[in-house]
Amino acid sequence: MNDTKTMPASKGNRRPYVSPRSRLPIAVPKQRNRSGLQLTRWIGLGLFSFWLLVAMFGPLLAPYPMGAFVSDQIYGGASTAHLLGTDYMGRDMLSRMLTGARYTVGLALVAALLSSLVGAGFGMLTVLLPRWLEESVRRIFDTLISIPSKMMALVMVSAFGTSIPLLILAAVLSYAPGSFRIAHSLAKNLSTLEYVQVAHTRGEGRLYIAAVEIFPNMIQPVLTDMGMRFVFIVLLLSGMSFLGLGVQPPAADLGSLVRENIGGLSQGALAVIAPALAIGSLTVGANLLIDSLSNSRDSQKE
Amino acid sequence: MRDSLFGLVLGRLASSLITLLLVSLVIFAITSLLPGDTAQQVLGQFATPEQVEALRAQLGLNQPPLLRYWQWLSGFATGDLGRSASNGVDVIQLVNDRLPNSLLLTAITTVISVPVALIMGIAAAMRRGGILDRTLNLITLSMVAVPEFLVATLAVLIFAVQLGWLPALSYVSTVDSLGAFMKVYAMPVLTLCSVLIAQMARMTRAALIDQLDSAYVEMARLKGVPPMRRVLRHALPNAVGPIANAVALSLSYLLGGVIIVETIFNYPGIASLMVDAVSNRDLALVQACAMIFCGAYLLLVMLADLCAILSNPRLRNR
Amino acid sequence: MQGESLIVRDLDICATPPGEDELTIVSQISFALKPGEVMSLIGESGSGKTTIALAMMGYARRGCRIAGGSVQLGETDILTLSAVETRALRGHRVTYIAQSAAAAFNPSRRLMDQVIEGALIHGVMDRQQAQQKAIQLFGELALPDPEHIGDRYPHQVSGGQLQRLMAAMALITDPALVILDEPTTALDVTTQVDVLRAFKRVMRERGTTALYVSHDLAVVAQIADHVLVLQAGEEQEQGAIGQILDNPGHAYTRSLLAAARPEARTPSGPQSSGDELLRIDDLQVGYGRCDRNGLPNNVVLDHIQLRIDRGQTLGVIGESGSGKSTLARAVAGLVAPSRGEVQFNCRELPPTLRGRTPDQFRRIQIVFQSADNALNPAHSVRRLLNRPLETYFQMSRDARQRRVEELMDLVKLPRTLLDRKPSGLSGGQKQRVNLARALAAEPDLILCDEVTSALDTVVGAAILELLAELRRELGVAYLFISHDISTVRSLCDDVMVLYQGECVEFGPCSTVLSQPQHDYTRKLIGSVPELQPGWLEGCQWSTHTQPSTAPV
Repeated sequence: MNDTKTMPASKGNRRPYVSPRSRLPIAVPKQRNRSGLQLTRWIGLGLFSFWLLVAMFGPLLAPYPMGAFVSDQIYGGASTAHLLGTDYMGRDMLSRMLTGARYTVGLALVAALLSSLVGAGFGMLTVLLPRWLEESVRRIFDTLISIPSKMMALVMVSAFGTSIPLLILAAVLSYAPGSFRIAHSLAKNLSTLEYVQVAHTRGEGRLYIAAVEIFPNMIQPVLTDMGMRFVFIVLLLSGMSFLGLGVQPPAADLGSLVRENIGGLSQGALAVIAPALAIGSLTVGANLLIDSLSNSRDSQKE
Repeated sequence: MRDSLFGLVLGRLASSLITLLLVSLVIFAITSLLPGDTAQQVLGQFATPEQVEALRAQLGLNQPPLLRYWQWLSGFATGDLGRSASNGVDVIQLVNDRLPNSLLLTAITTVISVPVALIMGIAAAMRRGGILDRTLNLITLSMVAVPEFLVATLAVLIFAVQLGWLPALSYVSTVDSLGAFMKVYAMPVLTLCSVLIAQMARMTRAALIDQLDSAYVEMARLKGVPPMRRVLRHALPNAVGPIANAVALSLSYLLGGVIIVETIFNYPGIASLMVDAVSNRDLALVQACAMIFCGAYLLLVMLADLCAILSNPRLRNR
Repeated sequence: MQGESLIVRDLDICATPPGEDELTIVSQISFALKPGEVMSLIGESGSGKTTIALAMMGYARRGCRIAGGSVQLGETDILTLSAVETRALRGHRVTYIAQSAAAAFNPSRRLMDQVIEGALIHGVMDRQQAQQKAIQLFGELALPDPEHIGDRYPHQVSGGQLQRLMAAMALITDPALVILDEPTTALDVTTQVDVLRAFKRVMRERGTTALYVSHDLAVVAQIADHVLVLQAGEEQEQGAIGQILDNPGHAYTRSLLAAARPEARTPSGPQSSGDELLRIDDLQVGYGRCDRNGLPNNVVLDHIQLRIDRGQTLGVIGESGSGKSTLARAVAGLVAPSRGEVQFNCRELPPTLRGRTPDQFRRIQIVFQSADNALNPAHSVRRLLNRPLETYFQMSRDARQRRVEELMDLVKLPRTLLDRKPSGLSGGQKQRVNLARALAAEPDLILCDEVTSALDTVVGAAILELLAELRRELGVAYLFISHDISTVRSLCDDVMVLYQGECVEFGPCSTVLSQPQHDYTRKLIGSVPELQPGWLEGCQWSTHTQPSTAPV
């Protein structure tokens, strides 16, 4: 759990490192520090919920249809008609981004949810399976975790061509194993605790133990982990779109918008900077939020 | 008792090899077995069954999957990686042309980022809770979540478009002086470093703080050991394992980062070769590149684990 | 350097818990020591004794702050020193011996380097002199192979040896003041005697002034000249050791003394009926792979033979690693024995959980040592107590509700606690809930695994009393596992002494503990410090009477 809170961008803890730890001194963040934490939490919460709202209601607010050619000017700057300028074909950037955000946020949310469901589900259940079965499931996930996520996505796209279900599948295959590892080691630690053993000697069934004794104590770290997977998946999918191998036209997510307009970079066009900044603010916001939440949880525990 | 350490190292090597084998199986399965009948796809639906059959025989698709996997795998040992479907050149030759460029890029990035990140992480851990730590925390926390292409576009915008100091694209062939070299590599390396340093610094700080909170560091403090010595002589040796892990994890992230960076700066490396191969559905080339990346990743992780094993006094001095 | 005088006046220390306002955790502590005297701070967990001791070095842990008062060592006013001056003081004039030597030694550096580090940093002597002095101290502290033990790493020596090495580390600069923070608490009693003896001799010879932090009055009686009794950061009583032991003025001191001197069990209550409840024949338990003869790699328990009658209490005594907890786990079905038979209620008990009937599950309950881990933190007390009722009995909701309240009364907990989570309970309350959950099943046998060792003495004594009372009222039998002879003496009918996985002595508690036959039992009993000064000098037992085995 230590690793999960401090390394939001790693693939989770790979191997417990034996460190001699004794009772911790009562760790108390200074008052100033806590207000700093509050600030990052509010910034994170603000950015993240802004993008969540955009994903939900954005397309309704778009001033123009997404694919409409509305201006003669390509790579136009900000104006009252086009708040975020126009793209390389003279389409309204604001409208395109409002729609694109839905793809970026929606796909990543679905993929993160699935990754955590698959990973944490297996992670919890394998603890209760016979040893050989547990080992084989672990081996499979260990193999998958050894393939970097972009590599997995590229290989799959090269074999099957790109499509939205395939992108989600690639993201789940890449990120469920990390989720599995964290959930598995959590469940493994919990299952050796005395209250679980007491439940065993009470004659409780495996499912009861998993659902009632183990699961409630791992919800929070699993949720934190899911938040981190969300950030990774946004980065993965917009990266794929940026390479032209993700969401395909006429649909476009924020990554595709950066790609289509990359030609305007030499002019410093808003059409390329705005979607790139949008992705950055989404992921940074989510990361700040997760970090502050998991920090405050840790200090509550002590 | 030396044997047990040797055995541990050997076991770790063997486990890496097995994982690599399994990874190759996954890659082969995705690219060659699952997509269905390549011959049918190549010829389209109007081809006669005879034509399809002939092409299948020619491509060796009639053989059992396991045999095909074996032939493909043994090709790696002999350097026969097959032929590129798009231009008919041997894959090995394409890879040989591009691989050194990518290695150079990653090497420069590593040499710059690792020391910077370690110093930042150690400094933050030593000044825990102070201004420096909190500022670094906010910066690194944001940087780890930033997509590479945002950093790259901003870098181009500032250094190439606004200031005009650097060219927007990398042309490796034009490098003939140190100045030109710096100009070509400045932005790709900067982009890769920014995210990488943030990640490694965070993990270094976490690993070190873990040790600084331990009873033996408190004991050192109560012995009157000065702060610098507490960190360098007491805490750091015990944090080598976790820090090596952090570096390996981050460098493996670098493998993903170069894919974007090579594409955006038009850098002639193996990652941009692979992206092109994916666009062209050039499977032989994709397979080869994927295996190189996964192999590199596993190698890094294994080296980190060996570092952890060798730095653990319980294992070293038993 | 000789010991110097120590004068503490009106010491206040504050702490800021996360998200709360600052509160005073130590207030108005004053005491004075002449050179060469030993003062003991005694109190239970949370009494502030370690916090006070650390303040003698001008040190407060993260989140704490020394808010007022003065600490004067010889001519030096410690709390007014600058950071650099404080650093020069620590590890030179004031040194520290921590509770857990295993955690306080750096795992990746050689012992010798760590022992002499303080002397080198403060420029007291050069490396060669320091090493010579260290070797001399190792010898005085009765460490084996003093010439070479310093070349080892911390994981290569035993816990008792580490504790003595830490003493060498503290004494190498001939400090004016040594602070000992529960230095023997983590050790087995037979090791504790040796370590105490070594500490005492070395400190007496050097005339060291010392502050000894402990929760154990009997240990303190051996080593201290003065005692300061603390509760919740405040002084309750202060005086010479003899006066405190013989004539305690404060009620809290008396309760500490009473808990430290448990009376032998009053022979009331139902004598065992003679009905056999549990019989174990030739039990062997081990871990690891089995060889061709079915013998596991690592045998933890062997040749165990015992019988418990209905309503009877069997105590199992042993030190760490003796296999006593494994015995409880084997009976509970958590580990499968590799040989032997367990009979329960005159029927064979299946070796693992898989083959047991719900009735067998109900009749055997287990209560673990650490109440923290034994109660699921996600569930309320009500839910914890309800579950066994749901599993074992067909009861209406109302009946369950009434039964849960009865159970709370039975373990003497207020019903208002029912809706709290375990994190909202004190250690003693948790252990009572833990017991209540076992009682909810109306068991015949409760396996108690070190149920009082994680608790403060006074709280532990109350739990013991509760156990005895429940036994009288409900006729339940206990398999009571403990490392503490006095708790076994106060509760059990029969006792079994385990040593390295084998039973060395078995019999009625009164006989075995008053006239032990086996050497090990005699040593075990003889090593328990008694509540009188001078006991240590009279104690004849030492680890050296038997070859010690250093753990790997």
